[in-house]
Amino acid sequence: MPSTVSVKGVSKRYGGKVDALRALSFTLDEGETVALVGHNGAGKTTLIKLLLGLIRPTSGEVRVLGEDPAKGDFAVRRALGYLPESVSFHMALTGRETLSFYARLKRVDIRCADELFERVGLAISAADRPIRTYSKGMRQRLGLAQALLGAPKVLFLDEPTSGLDPALRRNFYSLIDELRSGGTTILLSSHALGELEDRAGRVIIVNRGSQIADGTIDDLRRIASLPSRIRVRPISGETPGLLKEPGVRWTEAGDGSLEAEVAHSERLPLLHRLSNAASGIDTLTMMEPTLDDLYAHFLNSQEAA
Amino acid sequence: MRNILIIATKEVREGMRNRWVLATTLVLAALALTLTFLGSAPTGNVGASRLDVVIVSLSSLTIFLVPLIALLISHDAIVGEIERGTMLLLLGYPIGRGQIVLGKFLGHIAILCFATICGYGAAAIALALMGGATDVQSWLAFVSMTGSSVLLGAVFVAIGYFVSASAGERSTAGGIAIGLWLFFVLIYDMALLGGLVAAQGRSLPDGLLDLLLLANPTDAYRLLNLGSGGAAALSGMGGVAKNSILTGEVLLAALSVWTAAPLALATLLFSRRDI
Repeated sequence: MPSTVSVKGVSKRYGGKVDALRALSFTLDEGETVALVGHNGAGKTTLIKLLLGLIRPTSGEVRVLGEDPAKGDFAVRRALGYLPESVSFHMALTGRETLSFYARLKRVDIRCADELFERVGLAISAADRPIRTYSKGMRQRLGLAQALLGAPKVLFLDEPTSGLDPALRRNFYSLIDELRSGGTTILLSSHALGELEDRAGRVIIVNRGSQIADGTIDDLRRIASLPSRIRVRPISGETPGLLKEPGVRWTEAGDGSLEAEVAHSERLPLLHRLSNAASGIDTLTMMEPTLDDLYAHFLNSQEAA
Repeated sequence: MRNILIIATKEVREGMRNRWVLATTLVLAALALTLTFLGSAPTGNVGASRLDVVIVSLSSLTIFLVPLIALLISHDAIVGEIERGTMLLLLGYPIGRGQIVLGKFLGHIAILCFATICGYGAAAIALALMGGATDVQSWLAFVSMTGSSVLLGAVFVAIGYFVSASAGERSTAGGIAIGLWLFFVLIYDMALLGGLVAAQGRSLPDGLLDLLLLANPTDAYRLLNLGSGGAAALSGMGGVAKNSILTGEVLLAALSVWTAAPLALATLLFSRRDI
């Protein structure tokens, strides 16, 4: 698949002292949804600003749709969508005025406004009120609407779901799925690791400006080789003999369940043995390491290095 | 060019929503009308036409008020948008930073233009209704006063952008703007006067006074409007103007340079700024 964004050995240093980014390299392909994960101040926003060409890298090369974004090529900018973290607008203008202002700048027909409002779930009645009266969620939706203007090929979303309630988050992610199937490259940064889990095909973890992991969630699980957790609830209070296997340490987990950590390679054989002895077991749950666990793991291993 | 107009339109619309346009127009109109009624009362048979009196008092008012209004509108234009976060989003769009500055400039000048023409226009209509002035020369001076007031506003809008592009925070920009206003409107002239008094009538080197008058846009404006015609005798500026080589064209050029230079500097600083 053709790549839309490429970053090669990019570093950014502010004021000769602060290293905001250190030697980042990756490429993003068409139709890919990539999650950018990291602490506050890890360099996520700096990276997005570099990709938008708002700042220039101290060293390295950035290419978006084949061009250097810092040159400010208008044709490329027209094919980008950007939602800044905690987006803000001119309070005195209405939602519709704001959207048509941005639409004019992007040379997009303003008649698409109503459709966009509907897509992001902003009531038409609210669109004609001043933004001063909007809730944070409504501002976020307006922010999303402006990012979607002109069907962008590449979307940069900085903390897009902050301030959205759960129903709107679902709505937001179905929008993302729709865009992805249309071939849009989406880079979204977030703290909400749990909700990214099934949404992002790929995860890039940054910490203190360095890229410490890049891959699909399954890749990362394999690299991290974190143990899976297995939870078994026996039928009666007694512990079946089978569970006293060597090499597996069971611990009580309240409500009479037992939990154990199993290495990646051990889990299938163990599951097999447990299901052969299914008679003594009421429920059996298997928990893969979550993105949260992976994130913590990669952070710790970087700190240790 | 289209981008510049888009930004300008947005600024004007925002100014109307914020009641900036309304407030500015009302303040200028109220003061202009007050000066018209008060100022034209005592002339009697002195020989100065009512219109000339109004021109003198209105341009003195302009020197205080228009720079203040212009700086109030403009000091926030760049640093304020950066601080509120709206600039970040705007710069992600296909628009150059120079276009943003020029667009805002155009919008703010349009607001000032509207306010000045409406405000001073109200005074002119009132004068015409009172039937005080029929002198074409004086009317021309009035029109040129209105036009140069807008130009003086443009100078201070540009200076405000320069402050806004260089200041790190909105509050700093506000402080510097007030300081500049005090300097140009009050302190500079007092210092100049003090200097002339201290010189005890010894004549200044050739052209030094001219240079000093050009170095302050409000003085250039004053000389432009009060240096000739009926207003000159009335305001006492005629004496300065007579000994000066500064013609109207030179003064207009000075005011234009005072607009263009800060505007260019503001654009340059803004282009280099990390957002």
